[in-house]
Amino acid sequence: MFASATASSAPAATVRPDVIPEEPYLLEVANVSKGFPGVVALSDVQLRVRPGSVLALMGENGAGKSTLMKIVAGIYQPDAGELRLRGKPVKFDTPLAALQAGIAMIHQELNLMPHMSIAENIWIGREQLNGLHMVDHGEMHRCTARLLERLRINLDPEEQVGNLSIAERQMVEIAKAVSYDSDILIMDEPTSAITETEVAHLFSIIADLKSQGKGIIYITHKMNEVFAIADEVAVFRDGAYIGLQRADSMDGDSLISMMVGRELSQLFPVREQPIGELVLSVRDLSLDGIFKGVSFDLHAGEILGIAGLMGSGRTNVAEAIFGVTPSTGGEIHLDGQPVRISDPHMAIEKGFALLTEDRKLSGLFPCLSVLENMEMAVLPHYVGNGFIQQKALRALCEDMCKKLRVKTPSLEQCIDNLSGGNQQKALLARWLMTNPRILILDEPTRGIDVGAKAEIYRLISYLASEGMAVIMISSELPEVLGMSDRVMVMHEGDLMGTLDRSEATQERVMQLASGLS
Amino acid sequence: MNAILENKPAAAPARTRRRLPTELSIFLVLIGIGLVFEVFGWIMRDQSFLMNSQRLVLMILQVSIIGLLAIGVTQVIITTGIDLSSGSVLALSAMIAASLAQTSDFTRAVFPSLTDLPVWIPVVAGLGVGLLAGAINGSIIAITGIPPFIATLGMMVSARGLARYYTEGQPVSMLSDSYTAIGHGAMPVIIFLVVAVIFHIALRYTKYGKYTYAIGGNMQAARTSGINVKRHLVIVYSIAGLLAGLAGVVASARAATGQAGMGMSYELDAIAAAVIGGTSLAGGVGRITGTVIGALILGVMASGFTFVGVDAYIQDIIKGLIIVVAVVIDQYRNKRKLKR
Repeated sequence: MFASATASSAPAATVRPDVIPEEPYLLEVANVSKGFPGVVALSDVQLRVRPGSVLALMGENGAGKSTLMKIVAGIYQPDAGELRLRGKPVKFDTPLAALQAGIAMIHQELNLMPHMSIAENIWIGREQLNGLHMVDHGEMHRCTARLLERLRINLDPEEQVGNLSIAERQMVEIAKAVSYDSDILIMDEPTSAITETEVAHLFSIIADLKSQGKGIIYITHKMNEVFAIADEVAVFRDGAYIGLQRADSMDGDSLISMMVGRELSQLFPVREQPIGELVLSVRDLSLDGIFKGVSFDLHAGEILGIAGLMGSGRTNVAEAIFGVTPSTGGEIHLDGQPVRISDPHMAIEKGFALLTEDRKLSGLFPCLSVLENMEMAVLPHYVGNGFIQQKALRALCEDMCKKLRVKTPSLEQCIDNLSGGNQQKALLARWLMTNPRILILDEPTRGIDVGAKAEIYRLISYLASEGMAVIMISSELPEVLGMSDRVMVMHEGDLMGTLDRSEATQERVMQLASGLS
Repeated sequence: MNAILENKPAAAPARTRRRLPTELSIFLVLIGIGLVFEVFGWIMRDQSFLMNSQRLVLMILQVSIIGLLAIGVTQVIITTGIDLSSGSVLALSAMIAASLAQTSDFTRAVFPSLTDLPVWIPVVAGLGVGLLAGAINGSIIAITGIPPFIATLGMMVSARGLARYYTEGQPVSMLSDSYTAIGHGAMPVIIFLVVAVIFHIALRYTKYGKYTYAIGGNMQAARTSGINVKRHLVIVYSIAGLLAGLAGVVASARAATGQAGMGMSYELDAIAAAVIGGTSLAGGVGRITGTVIGALILGVMASGFTFVGVDAYIQDIIKGLIIVVAVVIDQYRNKRKLKR
């Protein structure tokens, strides 16, 4: 495996000096290694950032991108190697030291305090003080207003962060990072929770920062973003540095093969879909204040995609069908019979399964083993004399792990230690073990790497071809369009339309999703 | 592709690595504390601390009552809850059970017409009172969604009040021999150990246990996995109440009296035993074996301090310190485990 990695990286690693003119680097990372108990997270990696450019950092989950960025931002200390800032070796013992040296990081997780105002959040720890060393709220307000205006973020500095949408909070995070006036800005998947419009807005902010000579390190999983804003792309795989290339010298395929170390001939498998009989029929489903008038049919062997922006009610429809938040109106017919589902355990009994949107929030049992995570939904069927039939369950789980290629040292392994892709596969296994007839997948590939994505697509296709009825909710248009037989598009709680595979194009779906019909 | 083939199952080492250390390390702490007192014993009193069966029996007897409460509260804490009412429920159950266990040759019995009853009646009454109190705790928490801290705080105050009101604060004594036999000799220890084994097995090998850990690990995920979270919470709190009731029966049988002041602040000792034993207040983590050792640590310390003649007030100061240190160490260990 490593042999192939070095082989493919050799040509990529050499950047011809005549392509990019020599100029001083803002930041250089030289031969940095970092290990955690039991794993080598980074081995001997390189990186360099030029002023006034955007460097995209790519790699599958667990490739070491986030670890490296945490080293650069002073959160971790490297075991070996050196950081150089404008040519001078530096060492950051704390995140504060890195900040003071001019390196700011926007974290993947939002770190804002919901009960404080935008202004207070942005200036926390470095509040503007008046003569009496008291917080000068007036000045703080003015500074925030100036900052937000400069970034064209249309928010009131006094608004409580708790009242903002996730996307707005992300914009506040970005404003906060910019407010440090750092030379280097690290963005760790900043677009995972924001809409197209805000992505465009963010990109214009990045362009501004670039023109001011700042260096930006941009971690993302999204190909189109890389080609939209990155000047250079650095690729990591399994904790090793694979190479750095100019973005305009690459295309999607070459980038993917660099990331996974193999050619992904096709991400979305072709499926001959003999669509079967009607399984589920939803009529005028509604949830007060959230969504209304949702009707659709679902057949055996069919994949129905649900597209829409965040907050369009996609997830709520899934949760209403599954009984997490029971609907307040409308009807659900299963095999022609009306059903009433007011709790998930009723849904499971009737053959539904729901892979939830947010693994951490509503999927994983963080302290439990892979085995315990997988078996949780089928436990009632594996109880004899009051005891769990551990042997039978273990055999079933082992079998599922093999089929789904869940990579884990053992079933006893704590699930936290698995990569995102493997966690997701283990959760999918949890549901497949219940033998569902209707599988609802909410963002099944969020935050997992390309390799695992391809495997999940392959699995979903396989399940559909075996006659399972699948509903797939996704924010990633290529995914919805690539997988679905039909696509339902929602906008602010309304069903805007259902498109057949032949009429579903990116443009058409986006149009409906933004409320234009 | 190779990476998939490289995935060789390594079940055995992972298992031992994960299972052993938590209990083993607190067990070593227990042994260590015992040895420290042993050394002090020889230095200060010229006699052995450990080689004194009478003292050890007394210590384990004392541990049994707290231990019963701790087994219940461990399960509650695993679900991210807390039970502050166990000490008071113990007292209430002790009062009610004792009042039904009096002999007829006592002229001032609580219920003069209800004396010389068969022993199962007071026992069932005591257990029933505990179960009911626990069920009320659980129902309030599950239905209204108020924090367990508040719900059980309310029960703690009310149950204590009810225990006092029941006989206007008078102790209930002159209990039948068949009732006091429950607290005789090693009986409390046997009851404690049997209960510990039952719940150790229940937590590890039954649906009840898996669901308890699942709810503590991630309540929302538990619900989407088809677990009836509310019902399960009522069951867990009811079991904790039942065990407090059992502790009340055992305590009143052993003391041959029921008193409204029994079990004062035992709930805190029980929580401390669970926490010292590795149960995480953040939920999802905790084991009965750890709790039993935690209770033993508390017992050894109390017995040891008295043995070497440490002032009772200073004992409390040190006990408080040890509880905090135990949790700090535990948290530090968890952080290291997660920091990747």
